Amino acid sequence: MPPQQPIERHTISVIADNEPGVLARIVGLFSGRGYNIESLTVAETDASEHLSRFTIVTSGTPMVIEQIKSQLDRLVPVHRVRDMTLGGPHVERELALLKVVATGEKRVESLRLADVFRAKVIDSTIQSFVFEITGATDKVNAFIDILRPLGLVEVSRTGVAAIARGTEAM
Amino acid sequence: MSSVADATSPDLRAELTGSEIVLKALVDQGVELIFGYPGGAVLPIYDALFQQNALRHILVRQEGGAVHAAEGYARSTGKVGVVLVTSGPGATNAVTGLTDALMDSIPVICLTGQVPTHLIGNDAFQEADTTGITRPCTKHNYLVKDVRQLARVMHEAFHVATSGRPGPVVIDLPKDVLFAKGPYVGPEAVKHRSYNPRRVPEQARIAEAVDLLMKAKRPIVYGGGGIINSGPDASRLVTEFVRRSGFPCTLTLMGLGAVPAADPHFLGMLGMHGSYEANMAMHDCDVMFAVGSRFDDRVTGRLNAFSPNSRKIHVDIDPSSINKNVRVEVPIVGDVAETMKAILAEWDRRRAEPDRKSLATWWEQIESWRARKCFAFAQGADVIKPQYAVQRLYELTKDRETFITTEVGQHQMWAAQLYRFERPNRWMTSGGLGTMGYGLPAAMGVQLAHPDALVVDVAGEASTLMNIQELSTIVQYRLPVKVFILNNRYMGMVRQWQELLHGNRYSESYMDALPDFVKLAEAFGCVGLRCARPGDLDGVIREMMANGRPTVVDVAVDEKENCFPMIPSGAAHNEMILGPSGKDSPGKPVSEEGMVLV
Repeated sequence: MPPQQPIERHTISVIADNEPGVLARIVGLFSGRGYNIESLTVAETDASEHLSRFTIVTSGTPMVIEQIKSQLDRLVPVHRVRDMTLGGPHVERELALLKVVATGEKRVESLRLADVFRAKVIDSTIQSFVFEITGATDKVNAFIDILRPLGLVEVSRTGVAAIARGTEAM
Repeated sequence: MSSVADATSPDLRAELTGSEIVLKALVDQGVELIFGYPGGAVLPIYDALFQQNALRHILVRQEGGAVHAAEGYARSTGKVGVVLVTSGPGATNAVTGLTDALMDSIPVICLTGQVPTHLIGNDAFQEADTTGITRPCTKHNYLVKDVRQLARVMHEAFHVATSGRPGPVVIDLPKDVLFAKGPYVGPEAVKHRSYNPRRVPEQARIAEAVDLLMKAKRPIVYGGGGIINSGPDASRLVTEFVRRSGFPCTLTLMGLGAVPAADPHFLGMLGMHGSYEANMAMHDCDVMFAVGSRFDDRVTGRLNAFSPNSRKIHVDIDPSSINKNVRVEVPIVGDVAETMKAILAEWDRRRAEPDRKSLATWWEQIESWRARKCFAFAQGADVIKPQYAVQRLYELTKDRETFITTEVGQHQMWAAQLYRFERPNRWMTSGGLGTMGYGLPAAMGVQLAHPDALVVDVAGEASTLMNIQELSTIVQYRLPVKVFILNNRYMGMVRQWQELLHGNRYSESYMDALPDFVKLAEAFGCVGLRCARPGDLDGVIREMMANGRPTVVDVAVDEKENCFPMIPSGAAHNEMILGPSGKDSPGKPVSEEGMVLV
């Protein structure tokens, strides 16, 4: 066995042609080679050039992370690969929609906490709220944890989107 | 709007059917020969083939054979091998060959038929999700749903298959697209947006590499199949470097022939069944110069004991091969020929002179390893040793233009150890995937590319049976391919591992009920020859060489012979087993960790 290296978590951005099968290529690469995907976010970001941007949060030893990047870069439709974690300061955000079903004090408390976390109410009935929260993964996790005893019944998250700080564009 | 449309819109007079576009693109790419098997979905292409003379079609007997034949053709010529198969089972039969080509970096274009676009996803007759199935076993694949994209995709596929690290590319062609009419564009019109592999290395890295090489006291050059893929120039330049520096050189299974076997700097193949001197030199070296090789597990043995005291330079055109298994100090991304040119230029510029004194000491050490003659065997009077059969084959064929293919197993390793290759592209074997049944169809592809050469498939009786149907193809096209079977009535390598790892329990590795290979050959219309005594061997080989016809030679060899030396899985290079007794070996029994490795 090679000497054990520490497991690191990296956020990797990929720009690729938006063509049929490109998502399957990327996901298949991860499953076929035994890499982890902690979160994956994808959407077309340039309609005229038919380009999509993938943001992948993965974990592995530094050697595995390097492999992941090389393997991604090797895919024919992939234009650019950037390791956001190594590439300097960047911001990461994800959006979550959370449904809380509660009445009485729990209902009021969830609303108060939503205010603290700067979450928005985007749907309500007399027994429920849907909150929208945006933030770094840790903040979203914290909000989810705190809502759990207050009647949280459903979570929908987008996964991480990331972009570098400053003037440089990928 | 109209001006944009004009620039891309087809000249209606010049429109061709999809099938015609496919064939025209093949011809424009310089293809002369395709291997295939017809079926419903590709009938339009076969109809177009019927009406032209520029392309020759070779009808195989199973699609798997077509891909291996294309691999043999590609590997022996440096050109692309082209395959044409139908949808569904045609495509799925091609999967093993595609995976083989991916592992060994062989440029292959595989055209697969597909059900018409409106039926895709409908579980139609002979429908399979070909692009889904072949995504992980190709370098890239395409499903062409619009005939207007067809010409571009065809040319792009050739670019992808041949550039960078070569590999197989599938183009899936729905039947309606083959009938539809569309415009044709030539190869020159195609440029890829995102795929542009680097060929020329970074000069800074070249300087670092030469720094290391100049200071080396115990250097070794470790070359692989990337040298062959880069072309004949690469082999010439690597050989020139080895000769000028005086460094010892070893080659991987895929790299054999890149440096002439007769060159005194050549230490033989390395790895699991490589030479003692090559593996010991890899273990003890202080600078390793890896060129177009990929630190495969058959080569490295136990990773944490792999060449522990060396600094490593790694040249590879595929960045993902670098630092994958073994961390290297100087990574160089580039084509082998381009990189060797740069290295030699830098070497000259600095008037580099290696450390001759240390090098002499190093060679003394290497010669002492060489003196153990690790490939030696004792040929008695009664039973043919498989090694002897390969050695005689070599001696009798070496003065002719000879190409060797192999199946997979013990015979493959003996051929690699004992047949000596003086030039690149003369040796075709399934290295990465280890596909039994590769050698016979591959030999067919080689013979088609080199009609006057002697092409021999060094085979085992078990592997031969995996694609025996291709004897029929060989007869149809009058290909004088020779199938040289080292018949030990066992899946020899499986049995060898059962001896070493599983207490001699030969579970299912005995080939019971083998056919009479002579009669089998004759039934196909080939010549069948048999040999069971050492004294008869030369005569049989001569007869095989002289008859000008497809020939199967069934050589009955020692059933219990094992392939040595051997690095057991999970062991290090300096823990080789040199022979069957073990008493002559520095190695130890297989570790528990090694047991689980393949």
